[in-house]
Amino acid sequence: MELDLLVVNFQKKDEKAFEKLYNMYSDSMHGVIYNIVRDHEIAEEVMQDVFIKAWHKADTYNSSKGRFFTWILNIARNAAIDKTRSKAYKNSEKNLNAEFFVDILETSENLNDKMDAIGIGKYVKALGEKCKKIIEFLYFKGFTQKETSEELDIPLGTIKTRNRNCIKDLRAMVLE
Amino acid sequence: MDIKAYIDSGVLELFVAGQLTDQENKEVQELMLKHPEVLQEVLEIESAIIKLSSAMSPGDNKHLLQLIKDKLQLGGQDVKVVSIEKAKYNWFTYTGWAAALIVGAGLLWTMNQNQQLEVKVSNAETEKAYLEVQIEEAKTDLAVKDNLLNVLRDRNIISVPLGGQGDFVNSYAKVYWNKSDNSIYLDAQGLPDAPEGKVWQVWSLTLNPLTPTSLGTINNFNSDDNKIFNIANANESQAFGITLEPTGGSESPTMDQLHTLGIVSQP
Repeated sequence: MELDLLVVNFQKKDEKAFEKLYNMYSDSMHGVIYNIVRDHEIAEEVMQDVFIKAWHKADTYNSSKGRFFTWILNIARNAAIDKTRSKAYKNSEKNLNAEFFVDILETSENLNDKMDAIGIGKYVKALGEKCKKIIEFLYFKGFTQKETSEELDIPLGTIKTRNRNCIKDLRAMVLE
Repeated sequence: MDIKAYIDSGVLELFVAGQLTDQENKEVQELMLKHPEVLQEVLEIESAIIKLSSAMSPGDNKHLLQLIKDKLQLGGQDVKVVSIEKAKYNWFTYTGWAAALIVGAGLLWTMNQNQQLEVKVSNAETEKAYLEVQIEEAKTDLAVKDNLLNVLRDRNIISVPLGGQGDFVNSYAKVYWNKSDNSIYLDAQGLPDAPEGKVWQVWSLTLNPLTPTSLGTINNFNSDDNKIFNIANANESQAFGITLEPTGGSESPTMDQLHTLGIVSQP
């Protein structure tokens, strides 16, 4: 598969492979990071840290342990969360408790003027409240199933299937 | 294994979220390779999450790639290419400049050589002109001496030695008198230079009675080389004398300044 070859070349420090992977995942990581830090400048800062870290840690990725997307998503989430825990960030008095990714899609905060984003925003609003939160916690905040079940007051055993159904809805909305 | 039930369990969604154990991840990985529908499912889940999160991106991030590459110091290959071209360019440039310098230096050397030769030619011409003058002078000198020799050998010549007188015993002179052309040659080599304000005056004498007749002053005595003077003398001289007189000469000789005197011995 093409992606596998790209990742192997990236691990051999191939610059072109790195560029291609950046172009494939940078928008997604930018969104994930921004969703956590909620600041344009800090998001750009973390973006650079994430891809520099990915370059240096490339050999730690192992395809038997998961998707490349999952690997870099994990780096991005952790880097962004680390940033929110820094003293400088806390001093900026950001209230993140009530914020979900959906806000970004629904308000003018989102500067992304791609047709895609506008269209997705319109559909995602139609997702159930619980779905929005499950996706937020599991994918964009990196919560475990247990943390997610406690946060949403949903039995742990049902998280897996609830999430399955939510992603099904999402796929129907964003994929043709 | 019931693949459809496996897919429906929601394990693949958790796989993409990174919520599975190492063991579970390995199992999904193996099933993806065996069952295309599992792989397809994973790709679609992943794609949906990427689309959703991309829609959350606050703006363009293409400029960040360059910043990241700069920080990683990537893109060194382009620099290399430039440096190779530069080296090539330099080789030609240096060769060109070197050739220009050599030609320039050669030109300067040639010009310098030419100038030196011109100076040498000029010097040689000056020397040649000088030597020509020398030869001419020598010829003239020789002619004068030939003439003197002829005068001295002439049988009609009367030689009159003039001896030192009084305080001037060391002085001497000689007169060669050619009666046929009424002239004398005075050899005054034995006289000192005339002092400032004075001049030698030559006298023709008759003895009975003693009558001096001036033959003239020798105004160019000091500057003359051979001290031989040709003087006209139409007198029936019996003796010749030379006195030192004030510049311009005197009517009659100042006797205490009579340096030399000689009597003509009649043949």
